Amino acid sequence: MEQGLTKKEYEKYVQKKMPKSPVIKNTIKAFIIGGIICIVGQVVSNYFKGRGMSVEEAGGATAIVMVLLGALLTGLDIYDGIAKHAGAGTIVPITGFANSIVSPAMEFKSEGYVLGMASKMFVIAGPVLVYGIIASIVVGIISFIVKTL
Amino acid sequence: MTAAKRLGKQTVKFQNPPSILATASIVGKKEGEGPLKHYYDQIIEDGFWGEKTWEKAETKLLRETIMTAVTKADLSIKDIQYILSGDLLNQCIASSYGIRDMGVPFFGLYGACSTMAESLSLASILIDGGFADYVVAATSSHFCSAERQFRFPLEYGGQRPPTSQWTVTGSGAVVLSSKGNGPYITHITTGKIVDLGIKDANNMGAAMAPAAVDTIFTHFEDTGFDPDYYDLIITGDLAYYGKEIAQDMLQRKGCDISKIFTDCGIEIFDKEKQDTHAGGSGCGCSAVVLAGYLYHELTKGNLNKILFVATGALMSPTSSQQGESIPGIAHAVTIQNAME
Repeated sequence: MEQGLTKKEYEKYVQKKMPKSPVIKNTIKAFIIGGIICIVGQVVSNYFKGRGMSVEEAGGATAIVMVLLGALLTGLDIYDGIAKHAGAGTIVPITGFANSIVSPAMEFKSEGYVLGMASKMFVIAGPVLVYGIIASIVVGIISFIVKTL
Repeated sequence: MTAAKRLGKQTVKFQNPPSILATASIVGKKEGEGPLKHYYDQIIEDGFWGEKTWEKAETKLLRETIMTAVTKADLSIKDIQYILSGDLLNQCIASSYGIRDMGVPFFGLYGACSTMAESLSLASILIDGGFADYVVAATSSHFCSAERQFRFPLEYGGQRPPTSQWTVTGSGAVVLSSKGNGPYITHITTGKIVDLGIKDANNMGAAMAPAAVDTIFTHFEDTGFDPDYYDLIITGDLAYYGKEIAQDMLQRKGCDISKIFTDCGIEIFDKEKQDTHAGGSGCGCSAVVLAGYLYHELTKGNLNKILFVATGALMSPTSSQQGESIPGIAHAVTIQNAME
């Protein structure tokens, strides 16, 4: 080994040599594609409201439709192609949540419907669920305390 | 008593250099569209290749590649005395299941992406030592089975950083014999594990480069060769950035190989057209480049002396999640047309 090159020095050397991800370009793409997904969601939501749903009902129905779209595009091998460009733009909306559940479900079907698909389905989304639910409980408790005071 | 065939610290010089009788390579569609497409024996159009799972497809890939190599050597599988093979899947199932029905004594290996050089090294030792006349060295990898074991499901919408590499779908097999007219395996330099603390599994080139540097440098020290001795020095899957680091580090040690140095991960794909980021990786990467392109060039006489240095990153998803760094390894094999 190159004499005297410590792990720290090597880390620095590698960091200097490695290409950086194009952050600005990626951010713009994420903004545009994420924005388009949100526009689709808004159109769906307006449609439901126009058919006489309340704001809350329309919200739930829109989430269902967007999850369906995300799952469908995942199954059709389209979602990952969009995500390659969009990054956070496709991960953050609820369609990304659908993708993170449907993609392992498809992949691990080969180990059977029980030990494969069903048990591996939440391998990516699991942490989101766990910490999402914990966060909502904490917020609920705080809100309860604030309201009762 | 000292071992008569040892040379320096880590090198063996064979007294009865084994000859390569034949090679075979079968690759996936993407590899079959790459710059080396004319050198493979077969290109499979569909990743499943008629099987139900990716793992079964990789198993078939390995099995068919070994059978093709044996047939090309004008042998029958019954003539083969040992098969040495390994792959990336947990418990090396592509190799075990691929070889299951062959009825040939089998040593299973794990060297991550360095497996082709590891299997060639051990196969050469078996032949030079007089323990066998016909040995097959083989390995395989499959993009889809590797992705799901090491990274994310295929349809998951994630982004790959510029340093990430593309696992090659392919298998390479080499039939070695105590007889034959070359090309011969004349030297091997067995690498030691080198770990300079890289933890990013998306930057395996940087994790493995120090191991390649160590092995190449030691090879020259042990043999007394200088870089001019070779027509080509080719690493396994350092890809663009790892190769750059290795070349730079060797240069700093006073060893300039830049004129004859390349990497299988660079050669196998067209970086611009095929969107493979830093380049190819996986056991199959160096295996199919050797069994396809390099062997062809050796037999045609376009290359006469090459140093084949397959590189491996010896981590697992578990070690990465536990915060461990990535240990690198590289094994060098000298292949030349003259038996010296």
